[in-house]
Amino acid sequence: MGYRLKMKLWRGDKSGGELKDYEVDVSEGEVVLDAIHRVQAEQAGDLAVRWNCKAGKCGSCSAEINGKPRLMCMCRLSDFEEDETITVTPMRTFPVVRDLVTDVTFNYEKAAELPSFSPPPRDADGKRRMAQVDVERGQEFRKCIECFLCQNVCHVVRDHEDNKPAFAGPRFFIRYAELDMHPLDTNDRRELAQGAAGIGMCNITKCCTEVCPEGIKITDNAIIPMKERVVDKKYDPLVWLGSKIGIRNKDTESRVPAKQGKAGHIKRPAH
Amino acid sequence: MSASEQGGMERHQYDVIVVGAGGAGLRAAIAAHDAGAKTAVVCKSLLGKAHTVMAEGGIAAAMGNRWPEDNWEVHFRDTMRGGKMLNNWRMAQLHAQEAPERVQELEDWGALFDRTEDGLISQRDFGGHKYARLAHVGDRTGLEMIRTLQQRTVELGIDVFMECTVTDLFKDESGAISGAFGYWRETGRFIQFDAPAVILATGGIGKSFKVTSNSWEYTGDGHALAMRAGAALINMEFVQFHPTGMVWPPSVKGLLVTESVRGDGGILKNSEGKRFMFDYIPEFFKSETADTEEEADAWYEDKKNNRRPPELLPRDEVARAINSEIKAGRGSPHGGIFLDIASRRTPEFIKKRLPSMYHQFKELADVDITAEPMEIGPTCHYVMGGVEVDADTQESAVPGLYAVGECSGGMHGSNRLGGNSLGDLLVFGKLAGEHAAKKVSGLGANRPAVAPDDVAAAATSAVAPFEVEGGENPYAIQHDLQQAMNDLVGIIREGAELEQALADIEALKERAKQMVVEGHRQYNPGWHLALDLRNMLIVSESIAKAALAREESRGGHTRNDFPKTDHEVWGKKNLVVTLNDSGDGVQLSEKPLPVMPDELKKYFEES
Repeated sequence: MGYRLKMKLWRGDKSGGELKDYEVDVSEGEVVLDAIHRVQAEQAGDLAVRWNCKAGKCGSCSAEINGKPRLMCMCRLSDFEEDETITVTPMRTFPVVRDLVTDVTFNYEKAAELPSFSPPPRDADGKRRMAQVDVERGQEFRKCIECFLCQNVCHVVRDHEDNKPAFAGPRFFIRYAELDMHPLDTNDRRELAQGAAGIGMCNITKCCTEVCPEGIKITDNAIIPMKERVVDKKYDPLVWLGSKIGIRNKDTESRVPAKQGKAGHIKRPAH
Repeated sequence: MSASEQGGMERHQYDVIVVGAGGAGLRAAIAAHDAGAKTAVVCKSLLGKAHTVMAEGGIAAAMGNRWPEDNWEVHFRDTMRGGKMLNNWRMAQLHAQEAPERVQELEDWGALFDRTEDGLISQRDFGGHKYARLAHVGDRTGLEMIRTLQQRTVELGIDVFMECTVTDLFKDESGAISGAFGYWRETGRFIQFDAPAVILATGGIGKSFKVTSNSWEYTGDGHALAMRAGAALINMEFVQFHPTGMVWPPSVKGLLVTESVRGDGGILKNSEGKRFMFDYIPEFFKSETADTEEEADAWYEDKKNNRRPPELLPRDEVARAINSEIKAGRGSPHGGIFLDIASRRTPEFIKKRLPSMYHQFKELADVDITAEPMEIGPTCHYVMGGVEVDADTQESAVPGLYAVGECSGGMHGSNRLGGNSLGDLLVFGKLAGEHAAKKVSGLGANRPAVAPDDVAAAATSAVAPFEVEGGENPYAIQHDLQQAMNDLVGIIREGAELEQALADIEALKERAKQMVVEGHRQYNPGWHLALDLRNMLIVSESIAKAALAREESRGGHTRNDFPKTDHEVWGKKNLVVTLNDSGDGVQLSEKPLPVMPDELKKYFEES
């Protein structure tokens, strides 16, 4: 069952690097991460690769495999021909640390800017009540394992470093949508989604949805509805009229505009 | 920011340093922060990637949302019986009492649990729990928990040092904790923390075993740090082998298959198609376990008039049974046995309740679990043993050093019930954070100081693998250690094999002195492994030594040569492991169990 796999792995750091050739024995049922671990154990002990669970649950081992953004632990060798060379490079949207490891701090800063859940008081018995059908919308987005492949593939920031300050990216649009759809949340983040997070820059090409290893329908179920919600608040004539004549719908009545959070608590080493 | 460069080393001052960013670490950090302490989390991986994400089934908490009869007393009793009465009774009591509020609190912070028909947090059945009690989100409860705590940590503005590994703890002359030392994975540069309180929340030790559900991080760092600082470990002989890990393909051997499969109706069958668990009901659980398939199946709907299926016995019992069936030649084609939910529940039900399992088998093994049975076998999952701490404060014998979660010991006795781990993280994480903060505020300006010589020694020790001439590959040593632990200190143990394991570990320790790492200090996994291996070796020695000494079988410790549970002798004491005088190995002592007060003893009298 086993065969000798040819791989090209990107080796280098922020000052530059190159694809290096490796050959390694692999066997049936293995994934790309197995092959890389074997290279590490037998040929290149210092080959940098980030991984944790090796089960598609933690989202650490994101990379580009033959140009396609994927989790190395969920990419089976049987997806390729045995004589095919597998090329693995680091995610392109984030700065390289070393070899296949990138600096994903960008995502942690965007997370800190996003105001959290803000619930009303609990029910009299100290519990909260929500219908299963209502929590399911948010649950889809909370399946996110933060592999940041959607961030990596998004053309708004891929190769457009200048857009990064004004754009949070698909991972955080699903977070905005999750909170906006939360049956109990009292915050209104629609202006932030439009302003600070730049949801308007997304032109729904669905690249993010295509690479999501959790199969979250990022564009259809989160970004498009969130864009509509933002627009409704801004331009819906009924909302506008209602607010003018003093009739307010339940939505605006119960929610307060949230303030942007502060980044800077995720510490990284000095260079 | 208090960072200051000294001789190329970063230095930071905090009140409380939490080592580890899983559920216990983050909950501890939140509590310490809320109590007013300047707090930082230091973690080996990126924030949100900790092993807690792997927890699938749920958080055990007697909220009574499904069964109003449930309460902390029942949960306490289940926990003690599951641990074969070796648990620290006070920890089991605190856990059962406080878990419900800890779960509600997660909901306040944005967790979206599955709901009951009444809109309350849903609760599911699990092994060893009398009532359906596990709060859950499909089969990805751990992810929900880590994300919720992560988002809360970020919202509160708690500092997090990501991909930063702690390698040493500092103490002052009086023996109190004064700080910690570590390195940034990214640059390889050193970092010093000055702090009078350190909370260890580093998780488990599973990576010392070949077949395991644990990730690379589980190298026993907190266990080893505590021992080297002078604290003691208890219950180290008790290692939980989860009954259901994947067995095929080899690349994923050991990967966890959640107990929820059985909680939601799945059954175990051997190659003859027999539902074999009925043959393995121990005397201890006979009165509460169904002895016919009819009764077992009826239990899911009617718990009042039926007893629980034997598939839902505590994990140690099920793992041993599976092991026996495989050894008797009634295993599946790839050396496991069959876990079948396909013939028992509809595809819709399975996909709704067990989406990750469906996905995992489909993607990694080409198996559709809604149509065919899974092949599964035991996998090293959890260590019951850990740092001995005060039950109410989580402080160890070293002043200012705390331990919580999997790296602390006592709560689970000889065997942990499924679902009790996540509750453990939350309940004791909070208590540790509060007590650490309180302790620090009581110190005033009298803070223990870090000795410069200790910092220099820590730095020398960390770069030692670059200096050595020799040629031992750390990956090869790790491989050999995993093989030895798997073969000789596994699910069924024997005196001669344990002695062999100890000899093997000694040889590996010698080889480890000759470890060399190639390359430089920047993000170098070979170097990281070389440092982690020191911890793995000393923790493995602790497990093997305690396992050899305990001449009985109980919970997560089964001796072929001592198959009986000996309540008279071994039911009354713990084995305590500490670093030996020369610091190159471990030594054992015995300590009587804490005595349960009479008002709690009554829960155990009738059976």
